[in-house]
Amino acid sequence: MESLPETLPALPTVWFWAVAVLWIGYLFLEGFDLGVGMLMKLFARGEQERRVLLNTIGPVWDGNEVWLLTAGGATFAAFPHWYASLFSALYLPLTLTLVALIFRAVAFEYRGKIHSDRWRAGWDWAIALGSGVAAFCVGAMLALTTTGLPLDANGDRVGGPFAWLNGYAVLGGLAVVAFALVHGLAFMALKTDGDIRSRAHAAFVRWLPAGVLPLAAWAVAVQLGTGAWYSWALTAAAVVAAATAWALGRRGSEGRAFIAVALFLVAGAAGIFTAVFPVVLPSTIDPANSLTIANASSSDYTLGLMTVVALVGLPLVIAYQAWTYWVFRRRLTVGSIPTAHSVVPATVRRLVTGSPAGGS
Amino acid sequence: MDAVEIARWQFGVTTVYHFMMVPLTIGLGLVVAIMQTMWHRTGRAEYLRMTKFWGKLFLINFIMGVATGIVQEFQFGMAWSEYSRFVGDVFGAPLAMEALLAFFVESTFLGLWIFGWKQLRPGLHLAALWAAVLGSVVSAYFIIVANSWMQHPVGVTVVDGRPVMTDAWAVFTNNTALVAFPHTLMGALGVAGAFLLGIAWYHLWQRRHDGIDTVGEDGRVVVGEAPDVPGRDRTDHTVWLRSLRIGAVVAMISFAGTGITGDLQGKLMFEQQPMKMAAAEAACHDGTGFSVLSIGNVGARDCDDIVAVIELPGLLSFLAKGDFTTEVKGVNSLLDEYRGQYGASLPDNPRYGERAGSEVQYVPVMEVTYWGFRMMIGFGGLAALAAAVALYATRRGTVPRSRWLMRLAVVGILAPFGANAAGWIFTEMGRQPFVVAPNPAMAGSVDQVFMFTAAAVSPGVSSGEILTSLVVLTAIYAALMVVEVRLLVTYVRGGVASAMPGLAPAQHKDDDDASGGKPADDVLAFAY
Ligand code: HDD
Ligand code: HEM
Ligand code: HEM
Repeated sequence: MESLPETLPALPTVWFWAVAVLWIGYLFLEGFDLGVGMLMKLFARGEQERRVLLNTIGPVWDGNEVWLLTAGGATFAAFPHWYASLFSALYLPLTLTLVALIFRAVAFEYRGKIHSDRWRAGWDWAIALGSGVAAFCVGAMLALTTTGLPLDANGDRVGGPFAWLNGYAVLGGLAVVAFALVHGLAFMALKTDGDIRSRAHAAFVRWLPAGVLPLAAWAVAVQLGTGAWYSWALTAAAVVAAATAWALGRRGSEGRAFIAVALFLVAGAAGIFTAVFPVVLPSTIDPANSLTIANASSSDYTLGLMTVVALVGLPLVIAYQAWTYWVFRRRLTVGSIPTAHSVVPATVRRLVTGSPAGGS
Repeated sequence: MDAVEIARWQFGVTTVYHFMMVPLTIGLGLVVAIMQTMWHRTGRAEYLRMTKFWGKLFLINFIMGVATGIVQEFQFGMAWSEYSRFVGDVFGAPLAMEALLAFFVESTFLGLWIFGWKQLRPGLHLAALWAAVLGSVVSAYFIIVANSWMQHPVGVTVVDGRPVMTDAWAVFTNNTALVAFPHTLMGALGVAGAFLLGIAWYHLWQRRHDGIDTVGEDGRVVVGEAPDVPGRDRTDHTVWLRSLRIGAVVAMISFAGTGITGDLQGKLMFEQQPMKMAAAEAACHDGTGFSVLSIGNVGARDCDDIVAVIELPGLLSFLAKGDFTTEVKGVNSLLDEYRGQYGASLPDNPRYGERAGSEVQYVPVMEVTYWGFRMMIGFGGLAALAAAVALYATRRGTVPRSRWLMRLAVVGILAPFGANAAGWIFTEMGRQPFVVAPNPAMAGSVDQVFMFTAAAVSPGVSSGEILTSLVVLTAIYAALMVVEVRLLVTYVRGGVASAMPGLAPAQHKDDDDASGGKPADDVLAFAY
């Protein structure tokens, strides 16, 4: 157990936790919509079910994704060196992440805009693969920032474009993918009704142990490196939460199981962040090159400004996003989905031959 | 090509592409919000239809802005890590605020608007749209603050060679930002104006072409109906005519607004980035005239063979200073000043890679700055002229039958896009060779805060990696552009019925069937 430096700079400490909160918020919220995205291919049977899945996250996925943008932006503002070193070192995997997120975003909006099976099938793949790849890459990136990259004294990667590739990257990637899948199932059980609901719940209970395992393994790996008693305690709490979720799930308690899974994520991730603190990005070449909250952060002036902004902004965001979930709280069924229509040109000549409906 | 060159291409391609979507999002968003407000106030059918139709096109475009914006947020760190380290203390703050205070509002409330037609009370539903639209305006402000700081660094002192923020107020009220922001908003309105005008013209023309509307003896329109075609009724005519006129007025306001704010920008540029001003004029020697047309090789950086063919005496001085006599410095006299102040060659520092020690090219690519500046103004002017013509041509209630004019109106949609792109390319490339431009010695300015673009790329990233992402992103963007345009065209051709399937009676019946006889309440008003 390493001991913390005597005096920790106050504002960088606050911002370490602010960035951690943003990442955890992202994993919690986008966790289930990435999961639902993958389940478009792994779970849904038929077009109507796919549309039910899609519409459970339709109004909220973009708001969830902004947690990622804000985590990125806040890292830039508060820890420019962390932002610069991590993102440039992971150049190719981040490019892949961006491609995945681009396709996913466009697919949500465009999938239903043309009434053709081929069109929809193509975008379904974009959603499923986009969600899976994004989840994997984000997980890999987060794992690497906790376990380290080969950085030189300037904070730049040495060893070529794939120098980051190691077991932790794969473990972190699997952790987020697997978590997102069970989290998505739990979310679907809450947001749908009828056959989908019961199938989602059953699948959730069945896959929960596998779904939490890699994340737990990553948490333990970090604890073995730099854990303290309290970060171990958080990790233990995470394991308890996962077990509770399983027990609740088996009793058919959907809402509580969802909350327990969320607690697993929060405690597990908090355990990881607590264990690595105050290092934000270890160098695997020389610990002297590691980025810490002290040598990677912005000035106190900037951090103070950002603190004020965050204190005003973040509670507001949480409030109106929570309200959105309340507005769209109704469970969806196959019957709530309106029929798809083709778009018919409003040109008389084209219509003389057929009925103007041309729809499904 | 070395990494710097490739990274610049990548930033240019991705940002200009992002800025194809952005102005349409901002401009059309404002217009749709006004349309829905009118509907809310008057309850008239045509305003609901306008809201639905233009709202649909707005959303098709919006998502591309989101998708390409994600790249923007991350690429500073990926390809420009030295830049991020250098400016992080100042530049990250507006970026983070943009996400926290604008993107959240935009995305969350737009979700409420898209899906909330039934779930929210009408007033609340309207408010959600306004919140989303104002979110995008606020986002524009923050990003322009960030960009303006690169054009004109303020509010910092240098500590250990890096700028450190000391005065947030100065950063957020940077005079460069305070004029660039309204200028950009006005430019965005121009895009929306031409978009409305071109598409509405097409539909009015189509109605005439299909014999629905005719023109009577007195030259006034006789509005008709095509009962068998969804949406082709009398209200439909009002929708297009009103859209066209709104578009024309918006385009004209936009040009007036960009002109006024652009003039202010020119005056600041003269103080803050004199070389950019000279390069915009391809002016070698000090002078007062604004060249309307120059011949000779504008691209040659030795500019002595450039001859101004048409020159408006005094106008350049007016743009720069507000009088007709102040001499504006030309490239030749500025070059010596720049070399004196910032060095003739790049320092022999490993940061500059292969370029270390090479000569600094202080004159931006004049072909780009000269023509960029003129294209921006020219395309904007063309759109405004076309808008005035369109207002006159439709005074009797419909458009002429000429297919040629209709095509012109549709192609004209591109003009303000071109103006916006040209404006940014001019602004950004005119700033070269600096990524953070230095302030010339002026009272109260921050001294010695600048960064050469050549020093800004990520040292640890290979050119192969950047080339990979450049190729991949460019290919994807090109493909997605095809998809987006195809979708827009489909929905435009579908007319209002494409956004309001309920207008087609036969389809409406389908709706009820699909809900399995459930009360209509259970079926979502909108679903993906
Ligand atoms: C003048 C306005 C303006 C300018 C110069 C830029 N953007 Fe932008 N951006 C917008 C105005 C905007 C917008 C209108 O607000 C968008 C379009 C769609 C949207 O969601 O917001 C947007 C989207 C958007 C998004 C996605 C937001 C979401 O998911 O909802 C990101 C991350 C960025 N932008 C980031 C940037 C960065 C880092 C830029 C600098 C290079 C940039 N934008 C230039
Ligand atoms: C949205 C409108 C914008 C457009 C169309 C645009 C366009 C461009 C172009 C064409 C380049 C390449 C310059 C060259 O190759 O010489 C560039 C570079 C760059 N721009 Fe912008 N820009 C925009 C906004 C911004 C904003 C808002 C920022 C900062 C927040 C920014 C930061 C940069 C950076 C860091 C570079 C790379 C360095 C360089 O080559 O100068 N740009 N931009
Ligand atoms: C009528 C005359 C116009 C003038 C005098 C003018 C002037 C300027 C100037 C001087 C700049 C550069 C600012 C800088 O480098 O810091 C600029 C940039 C720009 N212009 Fe214009 N402009 C005009 C019209 C337009 C029109 C019609 C549009 C679009 C429809 C437009 C869009 C832009 C954009 C997007 C930028 C880059 C962003 C910015 O700095 O605001 N401009 N303009």
